[in-house]
Amino acid sequence: MPRYFAAALLAAFLFSLPARAAEPDPSRWDAVLAEARGQTVYFNAWGGSEAINAYLDWAAGELARRHGIKLVQVKVDDTANAVGRVVAEKAAGKDSGGSVDLIWINGENFAAMKKQDLLFSPGWAEKLPNFAYVDAAEKPTVRTDFTVPVGGLESPWGMAKLVFFYDEARTPAATLPRSAKALLDWAKANPGRFTYPQPPDFTGSSFLKQVLVELAEDPSVLARPVQGATFQATARPLFDYLDALNPLMWRGGKAFPQNYPAMKQLLADKEIDIAFAFNPAEASSAIAAGELPDSVRSFVFPAGTLANTHFVAIPYNAAAKAAALVTADFLLSPEAQARKQDPKVWGDPTVLSIARLDAADRARFDALELGVATLPPAALGPALAEPDASWMERIETEWKRRYGAAN
Amino acid sequence: MAERRTALYRLGPVLAVALLAGPLLCGLAGTVLPAFGYLPALGGRTLSLDPFRQLLAEPGLARGAVLALTTGLAATALSVAVIFLFVAGWAGTRLFSRIVHLVSPLLAVPHAAAAFGLVFLAAPSGFIARLISPELTGWERPPDLLIVNDPAGLAMSAGLAAKEIPFLMLIALAALPQIEVTRTLAIAASAGYGRMAGFLLALWPRLYRQIRLAVFAVLAFGTSVVDVGVILGPTAPPPLAVQVTRLMQDPDLSMRFTASAGALLQLAVTGLALLAWLGLEHVGAMLRRQMGDRGRRFRRDAPLRLAGLGAIALTALVTFAGLGLLALWSVAGQWPFPDALPASLSLDSWASAASRIGQPLWSSLSVGLAATATALAVTVLCLANETETGRRTGTGAALLIYLPLIVPQAGFLFGLQLLFLVAGLGNGWPALVLSHLVFVLPYVFLSLADPWRALDRRYEAVAAGLGKGRLAALTRVRLPMLTGALATAAAVGFAVSVGLYLPTLLVAAGRIETVTTEAVALAAGGNRRVIGVYAFLQLALPAAGFAIATAVPALLFRQRRALRGGASSQGR
Repeated sequence: MPRYFAAALLAAFLFSLPARAAEPDPSRWDAVLAEARGQTVYFNAWGGSEAINAYLDWAAGELARRHGIKLVQVKVDDTANAVGRVVAEKAAGKDSGGSVDLIWINGENFAAMKKQDLLFSPGWAEKLPNFAYVDAAEKPTVRTDFTVPVGGLESPWGMAKLVFFYDEARTPAATLPRSAKALLDWAKANPGRFTYPQPPDFTGSSFLKQVLVELAEDPSVLARPVQGATFQATARPLFDYLDALNPLMWRGGKAFPQNYPAMKQLLADKEIDIAFAFNPAEASSAIAAGELPDSVRSFVFPAGTLANTHFVAIPYNAAAKAAALVTADFLLSPEAQARKQDPKVWGDPTVLSIARLDAADRARFDALELGVATLPPAALGPALAEPDASWMERIETEWKRRYGAAN
Repeated sequence: MAERRTALYRLGPVLAVALLAGPLLCGLAGTVLPAFGYLPALGGRTLSLDPFRQLLAEPGLARGAVLALTTGLAATALSVAVIFLFVAGWAGTRLFSRIVHLVSPLLAVPHAAAAFGLVFLAAPSGFIARLISPELTGWERPPDLLIVNDPAGLAMSAGLAAKEIPFLMLIALAALPQIEVTRTLAIAASAGYGRMAGFLLALWPRLYRQIRLAVFAVLAFGTSVVDVGVILGPTAPPPLAVQVTRLMQDPDLSMRFTASAGALLQLAVTGLALLAWLGLEHVGAMLRRQMGDRGRRFRRDAPLRLAGLGAIALTALVTFAGLGLLALWSVAGQWPFPDALPASLSLDSWASAASRIGQPLWSSLSVGLAATATALAVTVLCLANETETGRRTGTGAALLIYLPLIVPQAGFLFGLQLLFLVAGLGNGWPALVLSHLVFVLPYVFLSLADPWRALDRRYEAVAAGLGKGRLAALTRVRLPMLTGALATAAAVGFAVSVGLYLPTLLVAAGRIETVTTEAVALAAGGNRRVIGVYAFLQLALPAAGFAIATAVPALLFRQRRALRGGASSQGR
């Protein structure tokens, strides 16, 4: 028995040769729609938000009604688990009929999957009918995901921008910091009242990147991969800053919240005074869900904050590629995008250009009310570009060495 | 006939090996090969030590390994000490059975739920601080104190112990009827020994021998636990198992190699902890013998007895209070610090969970029952084979059975997943049951093995003397006498199955949702109301299991006091 299994495993390692069936072609959309009918799409998406899960329930109903597609959300606590599933399937030589049809992804996970050829290719996203409405001019991050060219290997789903929030019932707006430097001064005046999620948590790492971009003498080097010699010089202002900030933080920098939700809870518990998220509507959604008091408000740094896009991608071995394409296209439709942007539903900003929509669809967006704590788009400030993914890796390692290892 | 029956028994070890060997060997291969750089799917085609070099360069690694050792050993030592103090001080009394009935349901509480409960209670923004603020403390907002997530891992050790004490208690309870507490203590007392000293000298070695495997499991769990480590453990750096899981989840897929090396290191650390524990056992036995040789009677042991009672009561109190707080949070509206109670109540979280929990509950129930029933059958066959042949299950087989308990899940699951894919077992219900079996079987085996081996074989000799065959002796004497232990083992196995997260998600590819996959995915959102609701949904099935396990012997043996499985009858 054991010998058989070991042999099978070995065989899997040795003979993992690719085998391709005829793939759906998104430029022949009618054929895709016909093939998609009756298929089931297993959409691996972070399941930590009841609001998002409910939105996907709605999408499942619409897809079943309109296209005869069954959409099933596989709720994961971490995208890495879904990526790992595809890796395991590739290792086992399962190059078709895979178990992940669509995956919610961006940044480092996308870069890794692209590098390992784990994505459905050639590029398909820009051939989707609804891609015509995508705002690639004003929102360049729909085509470059953390400086990695998207190449149509993933389809944009929503926009993210770093936004800070505070409770106006106990923190006067006039005292709020308006830049990373000002935040350090604020922390000196309010020791123990600021923290960030422990890197490599996505939100925590984003804070480091925000400071890096603001303080770097020449931010243009950040768009390129790290060169050995430039790292120390470019990152020094960031780590000088963090050296000064760390003892002024919550718990003296000896413990960190593990993720964004934990940090949000600290704000609700009055342990900290400033929190931040990667969604401008996050504070409003949290108020609606009863997680934050209704006196919470948002603010940004006027010189700009980090912005990026999140996407959906199809693994190379997905079983229901046609239906996954139709699902990605539906998620991009003005109707689905407008509903997603409604703070009462989810509050995730659209990737579409409102100007390109026809009058009826534009009206859907115009009818949306911003949440009480959401800044209007014009007040969100400039978007700062994400540094190249290689910077993030180096910074996370250096961070761990300095503050994460209790030396 | 007899020949065929022995053949049937012999199936036990064969089945156990067949069910476990494939998953385990593949699981290990799927960890060991990448740890040495081999995983063609990610471009690793040559063997090398680079993953270990990269691992050793990880900041905070050494400290994380030390934390794993210290928190695991501390939690285990604390749990065993409390069990000793309580059982030695109170076994056979009426209070003992009361407390046991109070504490044993706590076993059904998932580790993560217990840990969250502790946070809600003891954190600077927790319930205790809210109760005394601002009146006594003047705190209008939580003080900046490092109580949970302390760098030494004290909160983590305490949280683990609070969960392990009920587990060891249940295992000890199943063993107590076979060590004749009352009579032995009476003899010790007539020789002038105090109750605690008498128990320690005359009974503890016999009891400890029966709970020893469970203690090892507790130690292995404590050194490799992830969820409790995340919630209560230090964060900078976190314990090793948390670090390994993070590496495994790193978006940079080449970190999988480093993570696999980390999983092997975790295995070594757990092994080291077990060795250290064996050393502690020796020291303890030596001290005990010296104490016996000196012959002091320690007649005045009331303070120690009270300490045991206090420790158990505190465990129960803290866990129940934590559960109460989870319940309160699940219906809380806004609940700002320092309010002692929520400003408003709402059933929204329960309503939204109720609308979609039916299917996950059913999956948890059916998979858990199937895995438990299979594990129980295999275990009984294995042990019957032991009784029959007079030989213990071989070291090889025993090692195999216990391996899933000491190999950290994070590393071992990738290979398990590969196996199911390669063998074409798919991601359906049977595959899921099979994968759960890998984790359920060890717990069922360790819960049942010691009581089984300790049962006086002369009962069967009597049955044989009365002309009964071996099968009749098994089904009409041994199994009925072990009803309590069988029910306990089944309840433990069922609880393990219901609580499995990663194996369920990975093997079933998310096609089968259980209460635990739902709970963990939703807990990632950090909403305390949702965490509260799902903690209770996750707790409901195991709690029902333990309730049935307690009720079955009591109902079946209303007329047979000594078989009721508890020590309740011993004192009278």
